[in-house]
Amino acid sequence: MLGARVIPCLDIKDGRVVKGVRFQGLRDAGDPVENAAAYEEQGADEIVLLDVSATPEGRDNAVETVRAVRSVLSIPLTVGGGVRRESDAGRLLDAGADKVGVNTAAVSRPDLIAEIASRFGSQCAVLAVDASASASGRWEVMVQSGANRTGLDVVEWCRKAVALGAGEVLLTSWDRDGTRDGYDVDLIAAVFGAVTVPVIASGGAARTEHLIAALRAGASAALVASILHDGDTTVADLKLGLSRAGILVRP
Amino acid sequence: MREVVIVPTGTANTASVIAAFKRLDVEPVLATKPEEVEGADRVVLPGVGAFAPAVNRIDQLGMREALTTRIEEDRPTLAICLGMQLLCAASEESPDTAGLGIVPETVTRFSGDLPVPQLGWNMVEPNGSTSLAPGWAYFANSYKVPRLPDSWSGATTDYGGTFVSAMERGAVLACQFHPELSGTWGSNLLRRWLWKVA
Repeated sequence: MLGARVIPCLDIKDGRVVKGVRFQGLRDAGDPVENAAAYEEQGADEIVLLDVSATPEGRDNAVETVRAVRSVLSIPLTVGGGVRRESDAGRLLDAGADKVGVNTAAVSRPDLIAEIASRFGSQCAVLAVDASASASGRWEVMVQSGANRTGLDVVEWCRKAVALGAGEVLLTSWDRDGTRDGYDVDLIAAVFGAVTVPVIASGGAARTEHLIAALRAGASAALVASILHDGDTTVADLKLGLSRAGILVRP
Repeated sequence: MREVVIVPTGTANTASVIAAFKRLDVEPVLATKPEEVEGADRVVLPGVGAFAPAVNRIDQLGMREALTTRIEEDRPTLAICLGMQLLCAASEESPDTAGLGIVPETVTRFSGDLPVPQLGWNMVEPNGSTSLAPGWAYFANSYKVPRLPDSWSGATTDYGGTFVSAMERGAVLACQFHPELSGTWGSNLLRRWLWKVA
């Protein structure tokens, strides 16, 4: 049987790992290559790199970061941030990404998902969604790192993106991002119930119990960032906790 | 130093395959001509994406015969993920496209309640006499080879039922998982394949 995945996420800006709260107030969290290698050593199942730079120079730096991380990393690498066209995805894959995340640009032009999926395969096309609660039991898609609300329903958007070829959903609760309040379990359950592809829970993890709740709600994987970067816990400790709770993980 | 030639199936994660071999101090090269596939010491057939485009790419490059010949002669060849499926006769993914047909199997899609694609780490359980070690490997696939062909040894894995996660004959090794993304276990597998005496 497939193990549940624990995935450290590195937000990258100007060649450094950064982390904030709800994507704001970014603080330095180290060197991406050193962090990625350390997390693999701790038992990470995969690494996600999100390029949060906003300039063309920043984008070029991100490709260099992907190349440098790939050279040391022998587990899968997903890269997102600023992917606007198929050629952006191709450039990241050529640099050593295994999967590519699309977010804002796919909301503006959903066919981007179909283009990436048909060229590189669905298992390579990850839909990244930033979700914010809008009403009871509903969530709205946020774009441009949470700067803009779209009015688009998260569950409907995920369903549509999967129909277009997305092979995985990286589901971030914008409300919980960096807060340590735990994942939005209702959001995970709602999306899990609507799509046939794996869902990665993201936003708010502080303790093993949060990961357990997300995985029991249907997530295939749990994304973690702040608590690892700050040294509060390790991937190995989180996985030990999951294993003790009866959740199958790769040791 | 081993010579490793990669068949450019026009697919996505060749950079990861190259990086994995570089960590083993091998510099793989991409094949440009069929003779390079025919004559190479070791050949890797990677694959990410869909069955038909990969088969068509091999045909465009004129490499079908070179690949088929070296695999039928059990010469050192490593097929990864879709690369393994290409050895089969056909696939449900692309019903109108003939595979390399080295084994008579038809590739089928996962069915049932589990998420598809299968994305993540799963247990590889070798059976019979094979160079494979048991362990956790990284998978990214929606389709699979349902049964081990006659005269091949290999390994199986469970995802809503058993499927073939690797098959081996002579110096030919085909893996449904990604050894280049399977941590130390995967790197050890690549090292054994590299140095196995053909």
